[in-house]
Amino acid sequence: MALINFLKPKNKLEEGGRTAAPVQQDAGEPEKSCPNCRRNIPVSRLWANGLVCSCGYHFRMKARQRISVISDRGTFKELYPGLKAQNPLDFPGYSEKTETVRLASGEEEAVICGTGEIGGESCCLFVMESYFMMGSMGSAVGEKLTMLFEYAVERRLPVVGFTVSGGARMQEGLLSLMQMAKVSAAVKRHSDAGLFYVVVLTDPTTGGVTASFAMEGDVILAEPGATVGFAGARVIEQTTKKPLPKGFQKSEFLLEHGFVDAIVPRANQKALISYLLKIHSGRSEP
Amino acid sequence: MNETPYSRVKLARDSKRPTGLDYITNVFAGFMELHGDRRFGDDKAIVGGIALLNDRPVTVIAIEKGHTAKERSYRNFGAPHPEGYRKALRLMKQAEKFGRPVICFIDTSGAYCGIGAEERGQGQAIGENLTEMSTLCVPVISILIGEGGSGGALALAVADRVWMLQNAVYSVISPEGCASILWKDPSKAEEAAASLKLTAEDARGLGVAERIISEKDLGKKEFYDRIRDLLSSELETLGKDTDLVGSRYERFRSLGTGAVIKERL
Repeated sequence: MALINFLKPKNKLEEGGRTAAPVQQDAGEPEKSCPNCRRNIPVSRLWANGLVCSCGYHFRMKARQRISVISDRGTFKELYPGLKAQNPLDFPGYSEKTETVRLASGEEEAVICGTGEIGGESCCLFVMESYFMMGSMGSAVGEKLTMLFEYAVERRLPVVGFTVSGGARMQEGLLSLMQMAKVSAAVKRHSDAGLFYVVVLTDPTTGGVTASFAMEGDVILAEPGATVGFAGARVIEQTTKKPLPKGFQKSEFLLEHGFVDAIVPRANQKALISYLLKIHSGRSEP
Repeated sequence: MNETPYSRVKLARDSKRPTGLDYITNVFAGFMELHGDRRFGDDKAIVGGIALLNDRPVTVIAIEKGHTAKERSYRNFGAPHPEGYRKALRLMKQAEKFGRPVICFIDTSGAYCGIGAEERGQGQAIGENLTEMSTLCVPVISILIGEGGSGGALALAVADRVWMLQNAVYSVISPEGCASILWKDPSKAEEAAASLKLTAEDARGLGVAERIISEKDLGKKEFYDRIRDLLSSELETLGKDTDLVGSRYERFRSLGTGAVIKERL
C-alpha cells in the first residue's frame, strides 16, 4: 500500500456512491449542521462516517469515542482512571466548576490514559477530552501523562497521543505551568530510551500543550483543518493590529511551515498509526 | 512590606528595575555576547554569551526588556520570538559541550504573540527547550528578576535552582488575561493576581522556586555582589551532585503531585 493512501481522504459517504447534498428529511432523526458546508446531516450518518462531514469537515469527538475508533476492540485498558485535580490554590469557583464539568462530561479529568492495541500493535495511549474544560492541563493531566510515559519506559512501549487543549489550566496557576516541564521531561526520558511517540493534533491544540508534548513527538500528525498554535488568534490580532493570513494556525499552515509531518483524515488514522507502530517495533535496545 | 499581589505585578513591570543586561554587566566579568540561532536570525529580546563568574567560565542568558522607550522597542519589550529560544538552546548546548554552568535571568511578559512567531513555531521552540533542558548535563540556575510570563519564562527555567527576586512574579497567565477570560472583566486583575498565587513567596510555597532574593540595595554594587556570591556558592553545591539530571527530573516530577487525588471514588 502506497503511503499516500493514508493521507488521501477516504470518505465513506462518497464511497458509497450516495450524493450527500439532498439529505433525506427523516422526521424525528436528529441532525447536525456542518459549520463548513452548512448542510444538515443526520447524526446516524455522521456517526457512520466517524463524525466527518462529506465536505471533509472533522467534528470534535469525545475522547472515549476516539479510543473506541482507534484501538482494537476490547484491547483498551484504562490507567489511573480516578486521578483528578483538587483545588490546590483555592481558586475561586474552581471546585464548583470541576464538579459541574464532571457531571456534564462523565469524565474525571481532561485526559484518558491507558494501554491497548492498534492494528495488533501494543502501545500506551492518551486522548485528551475537549468536553472537560477544553482539555486544559492542570496537575492531574500532567501527572497522568507523566505516569503514562514512565509506564511506557518501564514496559518499553510506544506512546500514541491525541491532543486537544486550550492550554494550561489557569485555575491551578503555576502548578499548571510546571506540568509542561514535567511532562516534557518524561517525554525526553521515553525518547532517550529509544522509544517511539506519535502524536495527532486535533482541533484545537493551543497554548501550553502546543508548547510542550504536542510538539515533542517523533512523528507529528494533524487532523485536517485543526487549529494548532501557541497564542490565540484574537490575542495576536490585538497585539499586532494586523490582519491574520488566510488559514492561519490551521493544520495545513503548520504543514506548510514545517511543524507537522502529515495531515491525516480521521478515516485513515488507525491504519497509518498501526503502520508507524509496526515500522518502529523492531528497534533494539539503544 | 505590605505589597498586594497586584502591586507586586506592577513593581515587577517597572521599567526602572534592573534588566537582564544590568545583571550581566554587574555580576559577571568579561562578557562576550554571542548572537543568532544559526537557523533564522538574532532575537534582540534574548541576550546570551560567555562570561566569568569569579574567574569561572559560565554561559549567561538573559531576557532583556530595556529601560528607555527606544530600548524597549528594540528589545521587543522582552517578548522573545522562537529564534530567541533557539539561540538560548544553542548556547546551553555549547555550555554543556565545554562543561560550563548556565545562568539565566528571566524577565518577560511572555513569548511574543505574533504572526511570524507562530509561522516559525513558537510552541515547538519552547517545547524543545523544555525537553532539552531537562537532560542538560551542566548545572542550570534561573533567576526571575521581574516578570515570569508563562511558557515564555519557563522555556529558560527548567533549572536545578529557580530563584526569584522579592518582587518578581511568576504566573501561568497575566492577571489581566486571567480576569478577562474567566470573568470577562480585565478590571478584576487585582483579584486575579491574588488568586493566581504568583508572588515569590507563593512560588516558594508551591516548590516552584527555592530562594527569594531580597531587593535591599537593588541595582547597587552591594546587590550585585550578593548575587555573585549566591551564584558562586550554589554552583559549588550543585557541582557535588553526581546525578544532576536525575535530581532535576525529580525536582519537576514532584510538582503538582500533591494537588491530585489518586483514589478511585
